[in-house]
Amino acid sequence: MFLPIWKKLKYTLLILVLSREASVLKAAQISSTTEQDWVNQAIRFWTFTDSSIQIIAVGAILIGINCGLMGGYVVSRRLSMFGDTLSHAVLPGIAVGFMISQSKNEAALMLGATLSGFLGVSIIALLKRHTKMKEDSAMGLVLSGFYALGICLITYLQQSPNGGMSGLESYLFGSLVGLSTGDLLPLCICLSLIIVCFVLLNKELLLSGFDPSFARSVGLPVDILQYCIWLLLAFCIVSSLQVIGVVLVSALLIIPAATAGLLTYKMSRLLVYSGIIGAFSGIAGCFLSFMGERLPAGPVIVLCSTLLFLTVLFFSPTRGILPSWLRTRKRGQRIRCENTLKACYQVLEECSFSKQSFSQTSLARRRRKSAAETEREIEALIRQGYATRQESPTEQKSELPSETMVSLTPSGWEIATRMIRNHRLWELYLTKEASYAPDHVHDDAEKIEHIIGEKTVRQIERILDNPQRDPHGKLIPSQDDIDRGWLSPTLVVDK
Amino acid sequence: MNAILPNPVEVHDLTVAYQQKPVLYGVDLEVEEGSLVGIIGPNGAGKSTLIKAIMGMMKPVDGYVKVFGDKSRKALRRVGYVPQRESVDWDFPVTAMDVVLMGRFGHAGWFKRVSKRDRSFASECLEQMNMLPYANRQIGNLSGGQQQRVFLARALAQQSDLYLMDEPFEGVDAITEKAIVNLLKNLRNQGKTLMVVHHDLSTAKDYFDHLALLNLRLVAYGETEEVFTHDLLQRTYGGRLTVLSEIGGRKLKEKQPPSEGL
Repeated sequence: MFLPIWKKLKYTLLILVLSREASVLKAAQISSTTEQDWVNQAIRFWTFTDSSIQIIAVGAILIGINCGLMGGYVVSRRLSMFGDTLSHAVLPGIAVGFMISQSKNEAALMLGATLSGFLGVSIIALLKRHTKMKEDSAMGLVLSGFYALGICLITYLQQSPNGGMSGLESYLFGSLVGLSTGDLLPLCICLSLIIVCFVLLNKELLLSGFDPSFARSVGLPVDILQYCIWLLLAFCIVSSLQVIGVVLVSALLIIPAATAGLLTYKMSRLLVYSGIIGAFSGIAGCFLSFMGERLPAGPVIVLCSTLLFLTVLFFSPTRGILPSWLRTRKRGQRIRCENTLKACYQVLEECSFSKQSFSQTSLARRRRKSAAETEREIEALIRQGYATRQESPTEQKSELPSETMVSLTPSGWEIATRMIRNHRLWELYLTKEASYAPDHVHDDAEKIEHIIGEKTVRQIERILDNPQRDPHGKLIPSQDDIDRGWLSPTLVVDK
Repeated sequence: MNAILPNPVEVHDLTVAYQQKPVLYGVDLEVEEGSLVGIIGPNGAGKSTLIKAIMGMMKPVDGYVKVFGDKSRKALRRVGYVPQRESVDWDFPVTAMDVVLMGRFGHAGWFKRVSKRDRSFASECLEQMNMLPYANRQIGNLSGGQQQRVFLARALAQQSDLYLMDEPFEGVDAITEKAIVNLLKNLRNQGKTLMVVHHDLSTAKDYFDHLALLNLRLVAYGETEEVFTHDLLQRTYGGRLTVLSEIGGRKLKEKQPPSEGL
């Protein structure tokens, strides 16, 4: 039944069809017990009563940890592309291993995969050394060449009369179904090798990764360590292939480590986080793949880790996009608020602090803003407890609507005075100490006043010997004025 | 300063090739203990190569290098190396403290973890370079000058007798440059030997007590006053020895030396 399709379609489409066929098979296998609804399915999964589910879950977690840990080194040493190439290069080896052993013999497939992977890597090295080819093109060539060869071989095997050999295509996209206790053994060995290697060689790997020439200078065999990493990487990839598939195993190497890289900049922590994220993606993807019977395991696990990556990217408290956006927004609000308060001070200053309150329209005039905008700004101040508002006790004879009067609360007054003080001190500092022209200092002070901080203000005060007037002759409020909560009119008109 | 003790560095008729092109040709050089040597010369003169050859990171085509009288790599434990800043991946997940601790790795031995003593010694080295407040920063978040200080703190942590530094003044601010010069002189005064690749002629005279003028060949080596002459500098910077480079290359190709990795 494959022959007409084979003639019509290209490889990719063929693979899709193949995997569709495979998942029908899969569904048939699992659905023997599934006439129940999804709640029961979920319970069945999370209670781990089924031994097959136990194996699947343990396998997915092991793969997640393995790939996560290896990924920490792959990503930090910028070997991502290399990992991708290696994972694709193993495919022909699997097919050949199968041809020779004529069965899904684990050992034969693994041996074939490893050899083929190393052949691919060696070709990259040879191309790099003996031709003008750059490393990335060499990797691209090996990746696609080996992958294409692998697909052809597997497709051929699929059609061969000896054909009950479904399951080979699970090496493309991954499948949880065929996982048996025997498959867990290589995963366990791989994990223990990785852990032993990383614990014992922690500092050697760190040094040779960060600064190879220095590592050589203290006598580390950098190249041998590099080969160790490659070997471990190959083993990790080969042992994960059946579940994740050739196409996406490199994603599981890269994504958890990249996620961990968003969270920390210490290698040891990065490895731990990456392992945990990998394990979590593994079990979550495994669960979803189990629930949606037709979903291949590899893509679902990779999707889970991508989702984790996005979550961390957006929500990580220190560098996440959302928290930093919120921080920026909050800062913007604070600055707007401080600017309004400053304008309030200036309105009061215009009448030499003879009155305690001012009209909303005078503030609008000062801010050069519309009445509606000013209204909103005042409301923001009132919400935060910086100002109060009252209708003026009017001589209600006029036709005009009554004026709304605003006065500052003590906390509002404090911020307003502080901003004015920062602004004017900074202007004076720029003209006196940094020899700015007096008409050039305003714009700079507009920004600095919000960020300068009390300590620097004190310092400037000392340098300028507690000045009274800014370059434009206006009074600089002192700390006393802020504490007192009001400026006496006499002081301002003085001189 | 015992006459019986071998010199820290002895380079004998050293020829080094990079991709079958000679970068150093028949260099003879002997550096005495306690010298602060500046290696100067035009771009591509083989300054970094000389350092790398002494470190044993590039295999010579001809001649040999002895470090503390020893041809094998054993004596390299006594050598501290400061590579060029660009040779490192600054995005690697390590902190300034981690980098300085790497200076202790040579002492710690395989498989062992760094001890508390190593850790406190590393902080002292950071402190000496005024970098202790930045100990827990990711190395890529530091400025160029600060990165260089971390590198030097690592060299200090190595407690070596001979230091080889590749362009430590490259791209650093004036304050760091001063700090580095002070460090170099302090180390020299403690009796250590230093060889520093340098490309700024205007400061070379003040920074070093010995100079090695290099341009494919060693043009001159000696005390700064003797070597820093118009005539010798002219010969160092006055064009490359194109014929020598060409013919030397042809000779090497015929010999077909084992190609150097990297």
